[in-house]
Amino acid sequence: MLQIKDLHASVEDKTILRGINLEVKAGEVHAIMGPNGSGKSTLASVIAGKEEYEVDKGEILLNEEDLEELAAEERAHKGIFLSFQYPVEIPGVSVTNFIKTAINATRKAKGLADMPAKDMLKMIREKSEMLEIDRKFLSRSLNVGFSGGEKKRNEIFQMAMLEPKLAILDETDSGLDIDALRIVANGVNKLKSKDNAVVVITHYQRLLDYIVPDFVHVLLDGRIVKSGGPELAHELEEKGYDWIKEEVDA
Amino acid sequence: MSKYTEDDLREELKTKEYEYGFFTDIESETFPIGLNEDIVRAISKKKNEPEWMTEWRLEAFKVWKAMEEPDWANVNYTKPDFQAIAYYSAPVAVDPNKTLDDVDPDLLAMYKKLGISVDEQKKMNNVAMDIVVDSVSVATTFKKTLAEKGIIFMPISEAIQEHPELVKKYIGTIVPTKDNFYAALNSAVFSDGSFCYIPKGVKCPMELSTYFRINQGGTGQFERTLLIADEGSYVSYLEGCTAPSRDENQLHAAVVELIALDDAEIKYSTVQNWYPGNAEGLGGVYNFVTKRGLCEKNAKISWTQVETGSAVTWKYPSCILKGDNSVGEFYSIAVTNNYQQADTGTKMIHLGKNTKSTIISKGISAGKSQNSYRGLVQVSARADNARNFSQCDSLLMGNECGAHTFPYIEAKNKTAMIEHEATTSKIGEDQIFYCNQRGIDTEKAIALIVNGFSKDVLNKLPMEFAVEAQKLLEISLEGSVG
Ligand SMILES: Nc1ncnc2c1ncn2[C@@H]1O[C@H](COP(=O)(O)OP(=O)(O)O)[C@@H](O)[C@H]1O
Ligand SMILES: [Mg+2]
Repeated sequence: MLQIKDLHASVEDKTILRGINLEVKAGEVHAIMGPNGSGKSTLASVIAGKEEYEVDKGEILLNEEDLEELAAEERAHKGIFLSFQYPVEIPGVSVTNFIKTAINATRKAKGLADMPAKDMLKMIREKSEMLEIDRKFLSRSLNVGFSGGEKKRNEIFQMAMLEPKLAILDETDSGLDIDALRIVANGVNKLKSKDNAVVVITHYQRLLDYIVPDFVHVLLDGRIVKSGGPELAHELEEKGYDWIKEEVDA
Repeated sequence: MSKYTEDDLREELKTKEYEYGFFTDIESETFPIGLNEDIVRAISKKKNEPEWMTEWRLEAFKVWKAMEEPDWANVNYTKPDFQAIAYYSAPVAVDPNKTLDDVDPDLLAMYKKLGISVDEQKKMNNVAMDIVVDSVSVATTFKKTLAEKGIIFMPISEAIQEHPELVKKYIGTIVPTKDNFYAALNSAVFSDGSFCYIPKGVKCPMELSTYFRINQGGTGQFERTLLIADEGSYVSYLEGCTAPSRDENQLHAAVVELIALDDAEIKYSTVQNWYPGNAEGLGGVYNFVTKRGLCEKNAKISWTQVETGSAVTWKYPSCILKGDNSVGEFYSIAVTNNYQQADTGTKMIHLGKNTKSTIISKGISAGKSQNSYRGLVQVSARADNARNFSQCDSLLMGNECGAHTFPYIEAKNKTAMIEHEATTSKIGEDQIFYCNQRGIDTEKAIALIVNGFSKDVLNKLPMEFAVEAQKLLEISLEGSVG
């Protein structure tokens, strides 16, 4: 599904990604871990097509198609979804209105008519129930005054509504208490199928107890320096990142 | 080159009068350009006005001649050459009794292009249309339903004929001829506009709606609207303006007077979409409008406006809260893009006790435009317990535009409670990327963010207008972010 080959990327002339190689197949869950500032969010943004990030070398393929020329919204239409580490506020635009606009924009790009209001309502009801989201929450302005946990839950709600092929969850666990974490993780698990894939970016093992990864990668200074199975996450939890740094430096 | 004097002009006009047959019916009736007493008389005569009206116009003309064009607003433009404008023009072969069906198919086509087809309007529920094309009304609908309630809704030119006592009693009482330069000009040469009277205790059963348009090059538009809500009555009035593209600057100087007698309520909503000029700042309408309402005891006036058009806008819909417990509201969205300039706001004049006013202004600036809010809250010595709440929010797009806020407060009574809040924000790249990531393209993202920003005001508009206004916001900001 996703193939990243020797990806180098920079922002404001500062090189951040220094040769990333990653392959994610349909049906797989990958976790990317790494210390603060190692480039995890940058990688997510580059995949999603944020313009300020310059791809200096390498390529990103989604289902064999090179994404280089595609704008962020076109990548979204092709099924890439990013759950933001820091979701932005849009005053005056309700959660419902926003997701409706997003769904219909994607449908339009595929040559489909707007989703009938009835179907939209039904879907909103189902997905919000699944994530235990209060109905009142849906009429609030997007992310305005949301707690950290509410913001993250709202990201997963949007993911559930948009049903992406490739979901990248950037520190979705931070700001969630243990109950919310469980609800969100359950939601993600229910959405998982053999046709889609999930990339989980996290600092902590804790989320990976619920969303069990097939592969764990360690990102350090813009490179994936180590990959392994779920057990690698436990090792990192126990020992931190220093031993990997030493391994790399050696 | 020798100077072309006032006298030369008058001479030329005299001969042209004969040449063009001023007072006989002709095909395209545009007066010769320029302004003098004779033109004022000719306008009045053309409309068959009673002598008091002619005299009133002439008096206004005298006042205007002695006045200077104001320059305190935060706008820059080449002052119009008032002698280079034709002061009267009517569409060909107009019959005031025409129905919508009789309207020129070309005009209908024009409305369609603007997205406001008369066909649709006609079908629209509960909306009576009094359409002003150039300067003369060509169609009026729903007159009968209104007549049954005793509501008078007609072109002001007709009202002068049919209800002279009402017009004479109220015209110029809220916006006196000498109020300001443009009001004086309008009083001298106003071509047409709407007149509305709601009798005592009557709730107008439909939204009254007027569409103003300019369609003849170089023709100034000088509408005059007079709306009287008698004791305990209610009316909601919609005014929408769109103008087709053209290159020359056009002058628009309208006057609107509202009178809300005891316990009456008037809602006045405007969507203004006059031609803003092209992306290089060429052409566009100069929109210098005087709008004011008077509230008697327990009366309420709400102004809601969505201003997206015009090259230069100068407009301050105001409320004189004369009666005790009266309420004034001003809800405004002003969008400027490219080289547009808007200086708009309101005046809330608290004279009565326990008077209340609310001001919500949303300014959106893009391109190289300048957008200013200018508001005055005045509380007189005898206005005990007056309250005002003002909120002025500015949204900027890009780094080349400007947003300015000029709130003036004059309180002469210690019990006054005046609150003012202001915010300035910018549409951020992060907001746009967030929307993009959800599949929403940049243009649509901006529309979404702008609509969200404007929501508090859009909500005040009647439904069918709100939809049109939202579309307008989107159209006005097209191409504003690369
Ligand atoms: N827009 C930006 N402008 C400048 N520096 C940036 C920008 N985005 C990220 N960086 C820098 O790139 C590095 C990696 O950041 P980030 O990808 O957010 O790391 P992580 O998500 O792993 O904590 C950091 O040093 C950060 O300061
Ligand atoms: Mg990060």
